[in-house]
Amino acid sequence: MYKILLKQDLVPGIHLFKVAAPAVAKKAQPGQFVVVRIDEKGERIPLTIADWDREGGSVTIVFMEVGTTTARLALLEAGGAIADFVGPLGLPTHIEKFGTVVCVAGGFAVATIMPIARAMRQKGNKVISILGARSQDLLFWEDKLRSLSDQLIVTTDDGSYGRKGVVTGPLKELLESGEKVDRVIAIGPSIMMKFCSLTTEPFGIKTIVSLNPIMVDGTGMCGCCRVSVGGETKFACVDGPDFDGHQVDWDLLFARQRIYLDEEKRSFEQWQRSVHR
Amino acid sequence: MAKPKLNLNRVPMPRQDPKKRGKNFNEVALGYSLEQAKEEASRCIQCKKRGCVAGCPVEIDIPGFIKAIGDGDMPEAVRILKSKNALPGICGRVCPQETQCEATCSLAKKGAPIAIGRLERFVADWERANMGAATSIDPPKPAGKRVAVVGSGPAGLTAAADLAKLGHSVTIFEALHVAGGVLMYGIPEFRLPKEIVQAEVDYVASLGVKLELDAVVGKLATVDELLNSDYHAVFLGTGAGAPMFMNIPGENLNGIYSANEFLTRVNLMKAYRFPEYDTPVKVGRRVVVIGGGNVAMDSARCALRLGADKVYIIYRRSEVEMPARREEVENAMEEGIEFRLLTNPKQMLGDEQNWVVGIECYEMELGEPDDSGRRRPIVKEGSEFTIDVDMVVEALGTRPNPLVASTTEGLETTRWGTLVADEETGKTVKDKVWAGGDIVTGAATVISAMGAGKHAAADIDAYLRG
Repeated sequence: MYKILLKQDLVPGIHLFKVAAPAVAKKAQPGQFVVVRIDEKGERIPLTIADWDREGGSVTIVFMEVGTTTARLALLEAGGAIADFVGPLGLPTHIEKFGTVVCVAGGFAVATIMPIARAMRQKGNKVISILGARSQDLLFWEDKLRSLSDQLIVTTDDGSYGRKGVVTGPLKELLESGEKVDRVIAIGPSIMMKFCSLTTEPFGIKTIVSLNPIMVDGTGMCGCCRVSVGGETKFACVDGPDFDGHQVDWDLLFARQRIYLDEEKRSFEQWQRSVHR
Repeated sequence: MAKPKLNLNRVPMPRQDPKKRGKNFNEVALGYSLEQAKEEASRCIQCKKRGCVAGCPVEIDIPGFIKAIGDGDMPEAVRILKSKNALPGICGRVCPQETQCEATCSLAKKGAPIAIGRLERFVADWERANMGAATSIDPPKPAGKRVAVVGSGPAGLTAAADLAKLGHSVTIFEALHVAGGVLMYGIPEFRLPKEIVQAEVDYVASLGVKLELDAVVGKLATVDELLNSDYHAVFLGTGAGAPMFMNIPGENLNGIYSANEFLTRVNLMKAYRFPEYDTPVKVGRRVVVIGGGNVAMDSARCALRLGADKVYIIYRRSEVEMPARREEVENAMEEGIEFRLLTNPKQMLGDEQNWVVGIECYEMELGEPDDSGRRRPIVKEGSEFTIDVDMVVEALGTRPNPLVASTTEGLETTRWGTLVADEETGKTVKDKVWAGGDIVTGAATVISAMGAGKHAAADIDAYLRG
């Protein structure tokens, strides 16, 4: 069992756990993920690593309530425990001194981009960050990301805070402004990563995305997470999760993310009934 | 008194009715009663040749435990069996005895060989029911050495058990959340109940073996880090866990599974009990399973039990070349699985939502023997036809997961990704590192992996005492 040391409700529906997992904390790197299973009857789901404390032996994850597992996870409190916490899985994000790196985070992916922005900064890159959320009440860690960035642009879909609109607006303007950008890292909902990739493609700037297909084991055993990149089938769990966004077959990713829509609905409804009984 | 006439037929094994069992996940073979076991044991002529022992990769004293059954001395049968085999309930169910101990039984020349597998299973089940899961043995004298075993499948469990019995302190590192490897995620409940695997894993733990679950060696500590910190030797039993795909068009359509994914969802994650268990699995109405091995049979029979109306097995050669155990092919046929032999997929067909709706196949014919000694399947040009499906499972075999080899300095791998190791001892070219099972041979049997674990354990012990 892996003990939850700290829980924070960041914004409605998005939570942070600091989990005691010393072996994982010792090895975690930016861009990697863990596979979590709540209990005996739970499924295995991948969650990206938001932070770690090597000395303290803890790993921080941030997740959004989207289905049965994340809703069940959200009911746990500090002092509680998770049955399984496997990691760090996947290849770390490629970090080197590129020059200027633009980090684009959509929604709760700000948590995933944080260690990447930090590592890019430490390597001597100029880091420009773009943070997007649906509205102000879903926005968090603006200050944290600002402290790791040379420049930060915030957008909200409804204009309740920062610039009105989505992240691709300021991204495009930045590229058109003549700013010499050497690499873009875009992490968030798949649709946002797709449009970030489409935005940067005409400028020929390499754009790294972190794919989130459905996974089971997370160690290359099942092939559930297969994605097509540059015409080749890859397993996101071991060959990624980072890939070149210009090479990803996005429509295939979207389709494969929908495989279990019916079952997910059925599972969630039965779980809600069991909770309200 | 005249010598009783030798019965050349074995005592039949009671099994669940094919019509009923196709709808449940309970075990198909029901096991002998004590009377049936004694009757079968009485057929053993206790010959001097002991061909059965020679045919057993872990060298069980087969005539010895059979005699004990015949004498009604079950604790003695348990003792003899477990002195060589830590996993008898598993082996009794899934070993291909027909090509091993039973093939070399003296009776095989005249009639049916002794049903050694069924008797082995009977002894293991008797022990679990009557003596508790873990028969304690006297703790051996500590040898003061520490061994890390990577992977808790048949090879790792056997190596760990033998090393612990020899007095070494053993820790098994397992990537998944339960120990057992393919015994847990691969082989279905109706062929190998998970309760049996758990009981035998518990027995290995009772010998003093520590289990570290959720521990992905290579991502957490590497093999070199294990050797540089706590451990005097490492045994790699990481298996052949990575699925192979055909690389034909349409393979990433929704509804197409690797057998590994399908079986992992069903067996390990218990998707057959969804939504009580959270992990879902698609239940196809018309399912095609591609392949002719045991994994293909398991996948087809799982799909049937999940509620499919029609399940096909497509295999590119003919029935005689099928690598699956005869017994499993017969079970599948009895349950109504339809075999489309000499058939090979050309491409998968999908709809606009990316769901598989059909599989276009070629008819095949057999040519001259290939490298495997089996006749090579050749495409009949212009023979394409389509089967309507809503789910496909590809059971084409597996290869080693590259994770450990790619994160360890100084191991030698073959072009199939297997590790190079001494055939007798399992010693790799890297100092202090041994390997055995599918990681060395490529996908093979439970018992051959156990044999490799046993031989490596003996060599590791000799090294640690040397």
